[in-house]
Amino acid sequence: MRLARELACNEVVELVTAYLEDALPAEDRERFEEHLVFCDGCDRYLEQMRATISATRNVPVGELPPELEERLLEAFRDWRPA
Amino acid sequence: METEQASHDAALIEGLRAGEEAAFAELMRLYGAGMLRVAQMYVPSRAIAEDVVQEAWLGVLKGIARFEGRSSLKTWLFRIVANTAKTRGVREARSIPFSSLGGGGADEPAVDPDRFLGDGERYPGHWAVPPQSWAPEGRLLAREAMDVIEREIDRLPPAQRAVITMRDVQGFSSEEVCNALDLTETNQRVLLHRARAKVRNALEEYMR
Repeated sequence: MRLARELACNEVVELVTAYLEDALPAEDRERFEEHLVFCDGCDRYLEQMRATISATRNVPVGELPPELEERLLEAFRDWRPA
Repeated sequence: METEQASHDAALIEGLRAGEEAAFAELMRLYGAGMLRVAQMYVPSRAIAEDVVQEAWLGVLKGIARFEGRSSLKTWLFRIVANTAKTRGVREARSIPFSSLGGGGADEPAVDPDRFLGDGERYPGHWAVPPQSWAPEGRLLAREAMDVIEREIDRLPPAQRAVITMRDVQGFSSEEVCNALDLTETNQRVLLHRARAKVRNALEEYMR
């Protein structure tokens, strides 16, 4: 994506994931970072997205419903390893 | 890290091939819930998604003998689930274009447009209501914060839910998710961004 001019905050917030994934072209990355220098709101938004990502890492992965896992286990037991 | 993953994969594959229930239990602990979320991307109901997981599992058992490890075990596993679900989705007359997977664009902004200055203002598009500090951030580690995140993830459209689960909960790389789900880098990123933005919004509410 190519950004021709100075970024507005409502554009910056849409680029955060691309920025964190290192998917912005060098020029746009520079504009993004320049914006953060003078914009506390966007700087904070970026930090909060980072904090959100690391908090999400701590969420348990969850489990299959037990009766479904039981069905899979039965299939596994019935299966004859080649 | 790569080799650690590879040797763990190899042990798991050996165990499955030998019919060991411990290997089965480990695989389910790691990926069971994720498999169900991926299935739900492509079929209209939870019940059908459960059938898909079961059908995919039979495919895994059939294929495990010939699995050569060119991709990681988890990528291979999720590909089988995704492909099984897509086939089933077509049968259910519900072949879904990316746009309706909740991947859309401008219609679903990361932040409520009301929080930015309007066109008539001196700095249109700049913050009118900027984010407030989350200090002290230790609150993000509380059980309550985890519940907020889980609840929000559960409420996401299925494709966003599957992508954020794989990327941020399970720690897949973007390449692994794209391979497993046959998404382009861009589509994957859009889904992830929408999902993360909504989780951030939910946390903002909680951190107030």
